[in-house]
Amino acid sequence: MDVVIFSLIFATIRSATPLIFAALGGLFSERSGVINIALEGLMLAGAFTAAVVSLQTQNPYLGFISGVAAGGAFALIYAIACIKFEADQVVAGMAINFLMIGLPALISGVIYDSTGSTPQIPLEYKMPRLTTSLSWGSILAFAMVPICFYVLYKTPFGLRLRSVGENPAAADAAGVNVIKLRYIAVVISGVLAGAGGAYLSTGQSSLFTKQMTAGRGFIALAALILAKWKPVPVLLACLFFGFTEALTITIQGMIKLPSGEGIPVQFIEMIPYVLTIIVLAGFIGTSRAPKALGIPYRKES
Amino acid sequence: MNIVREIVWPLIAVLAAFIVGGIIILLLGDNPLNAYFLLLSNSFGSVRDIGWTLHYATPLIFTGLAVAVAYRCGLLNIGAEGQLYVAAFAAAWVGIKFGGTVVNIFGKEENWSWMSLPAIVLIPLCALAAIAAGGIWGGIPGLLKAKFGSHEVINTIMLNFIAIALVGYFTQYFYKIPGDPIQRTAEIGEAAHIPRLNEFLPGIPYDVPLNVAFLLALLMCVAVYVFLWKTKWGYELRAVGENPSAAEYGGISAKKQTILAMTISGMLAGMVGIGEVMGTRHHFEVGFSADWGFLGIAVALLGRNHPLGVLIAAIFFGVLQRGEIFVDAFTRYVSKDLGWVLLAIIVLAVASLQKYAKSRTGVVKA
Repeated sequence: MDVVIFSLIFATIRSATPLIFAALGGLFSERSGVINIALEGLMLAGAFTAAVVSLQTQNPYLGFISGVAAGGAFALIYAIACIKFEADQVVAGMAINFLMIGLPALISGVIYDSTGSTPQIPLEYKMPRLTTSLSWGSILAFAMVPICFYVLYKTPFGLRLRSVGENPAAADAAGVNVIKLRYIAVVISGVLAGAGGAYLSTGQSSLFTKQMTAGRGFIALAALILAKWKPVPVLLACLFFGFTEALTITIQGMIKLPSGEGIPVQFIEMIPYVLTIIVLAGFIGTSRAPKALGIPYRKES
Repeated sequence: MNIVREIVWPLIAVLAAFIVGGIIILLLGDNPLNAYFLLLSNSFGSVRDIGWTLHYATPLIFTGLAVAVAYRCGLLNIGAEGQLYVAAFAAAWVGIKFGGTVVNIFGKEENWSWMSLPAIVLIPLCALAAIAAGGIWGGIPGLLKAKFGSHEVINTIMLNFIAIALVGYFTQYFYKIPGDPIQRTAEIGEAAHIPRLNEFLPGIPYDVPLNVAFLLALLMCVAVYVFLWKTKWGYELRAVGENPSAAEYGGISAKKQTILAMTISGMLAGMVGIGEVMGTRHHFEVGFSADWGFLGIAVALLGRNHPLGVLIAAIFFGVLQRGEIFVDAFTRYVSKDLGWVLLAIIVLAVASLQKYAKSRTGVVKA
C-alpha cells in the first residue's frame, strides 16, 4: 500500500511539473493583458527543440536551454502578431498551436526520417536526475513558484506588469511602457512554457513524439483560471491536476472504490475540465480575470 | 459591400503562406515549385482528385460555417471539435439502436438494436440526433456565457476534452464489439447509410467516398446565408456581434442571441457526424476527426465569416489535405505536415492583417 502511495506522489509531481512551468508562463502573459492559448504550441516548441539538441549535441543542459529559447522565440512571433498587429489573441494562439503540430514533424522527418517521433535519448543525455523517479526539472518548476511570486508582487517590474494588465491607460499615463512590458511578459511566458516542454521530452519522457503535450497547455490554462491568476494557487491547481493525471496513469482502467464499484479513468480525466467550467461560472467564488485581458493597447493621441 | 477588399486580404495571406512555406521547403532540401505542383495537380487533376478534395472539404464546410455563425454574434467557438464528437456518437447510437441486424467486423451477424426502422425514418432520425447533440453541446457554453458571463473560449475548450472523454467512455464500455482492437462502436444498420455520390452520378470513380453530406453542406451554405441576412433572427444575431450594447439598446437581447448563435453553431458542427458516420465510416470511432473543429476556425477566418467564403476556404483546405499526401510521397524530404505549417501561417497572417481589412465581420471581444 505504501508503495502505491509513494509512487502516486512521485507520479503527481512528475505530471504537475510541465503544468507548473506552463501555467506560470501563462500567468505572466495574462497578468500583462495578453491571452495565451498558444501555451500548448510553445510547450511543443520547447519539447521538440530540447529533444533534438540533446540528441545532436549529447548535452542535456544545452538541450534544455535551447528548448527554453525556442519557447521564447516562438512566443516573440506570437507577441508581434498580438501586440504589433493587434491580431485576435485567441486566433493567433491557435495558429501557433497549428504551427507546432506541423513544424516539428516536418523537421524530424528530414533529420531522423520519421515524422512521428525523434529517436530515444540515451539516459546519460537526459535531464539529470535527483532520484530514479524525479529529475531536476521538477525541482526547478517548484522553485519557480516563489520566484514568480517575488517577481510579480515584490518588484517594480511586477507591479508595472500587473498594472498594464488591469489598466493600461493609467499605467501609460504613469510612464510605464505598456507595449514593451507586454512583449517581455509574453516572451517570459514562452520561456517558461518552453521549459515545461523541455522537461516533458527530456525529463519525464526520453523522446519527442508528435503532439506529445496532449492538451497540457490547455490544462495549464485551466489551472491558471482555477487559481484566479495567482502564483501560489497556480501551484496547488497544477498539483491537483497532476494528481488526476497520475491517477489515470498509475491505475489503468477502473479505479475500485471500497464499496466495490469502479470509476472509469475517463471520469477522472474529466475532473479538471468540469472543475474549470464550474469555477468560471462562479459557483465556487468568482474568478476575475485581469481587466485588460485580450484587449490590444493603442496609445491615445 | 466591397468585394475586392473582402477577397484581397485572404489572398495576400495565402500568398504569404506559400512564400514562407516555399522557403521552408527550400531549407528542408526540396524544390518548392515541384512540391506546389504536386499539391495542386493531384487535387484538381482529374474527377477522382476533385472528388477526394471535395470529400476532405465537406467536414470543413460544416465546421467553418459553425465558427462563422458564432463569430457573427461576437463569439469564438473553439468547441466545434467536441460538438462534432458528441454528434457523431449520437448518430451512431441511433443507427445502432434502431438499425436492426448488422454484420460485424469479424463477419458475424449481430443484433444490438431495440428495433429495426426503415431507411426513410432512420436516416432523418440519425441526422436529427447528430444535429441535436451538436446543438446541445454548443448551447451549453452559450448558456453559461448568457447566465454567468463565463468566457465561451475557455468553456468550449473544456467541453472538447469532456466530450472526447465521455464519448470514449461510452464507446469502450458499452458499444464496442468485444475483441475489436480499435476504439470504435459496432456498425450502424444498413438502413442508416446515406448514399455516395458515385452511386447515382456515373462520372465519379467508385473509390471516391464523397457522399450526400457534401450536398447537405452546400445547402447549409445557402441556409446560413439566408438565415443571417434575410431573417429577423439573423439580423439580431449580427447586431449583437457588431455592437452588443447598441443592440440591447435597440431591444435585442444579447443573452438570447448568444445562446441561439452557439446552439446553431453546435448544430452545424454536429452535421459533420452525418457525413462521417452515416456516409463514410458507418460506425463511430474514437479519434475519427482530423482536427476539423479547430480547422473550422481557420476556414471561417480565411472565408471572412461569409458562407461563400467558407465554402471556398474549405475547398482550399481540402486541396491542402488531398495534395499533401502526394507531396509527402513524391518529394524527398517534405512530409504531409507541410499542410499544418501552411495553414498556421495563413491563420497568423489573416489574423494579423485583420486590422487593415476594415470590414463588417463582427469583432470578438475578450
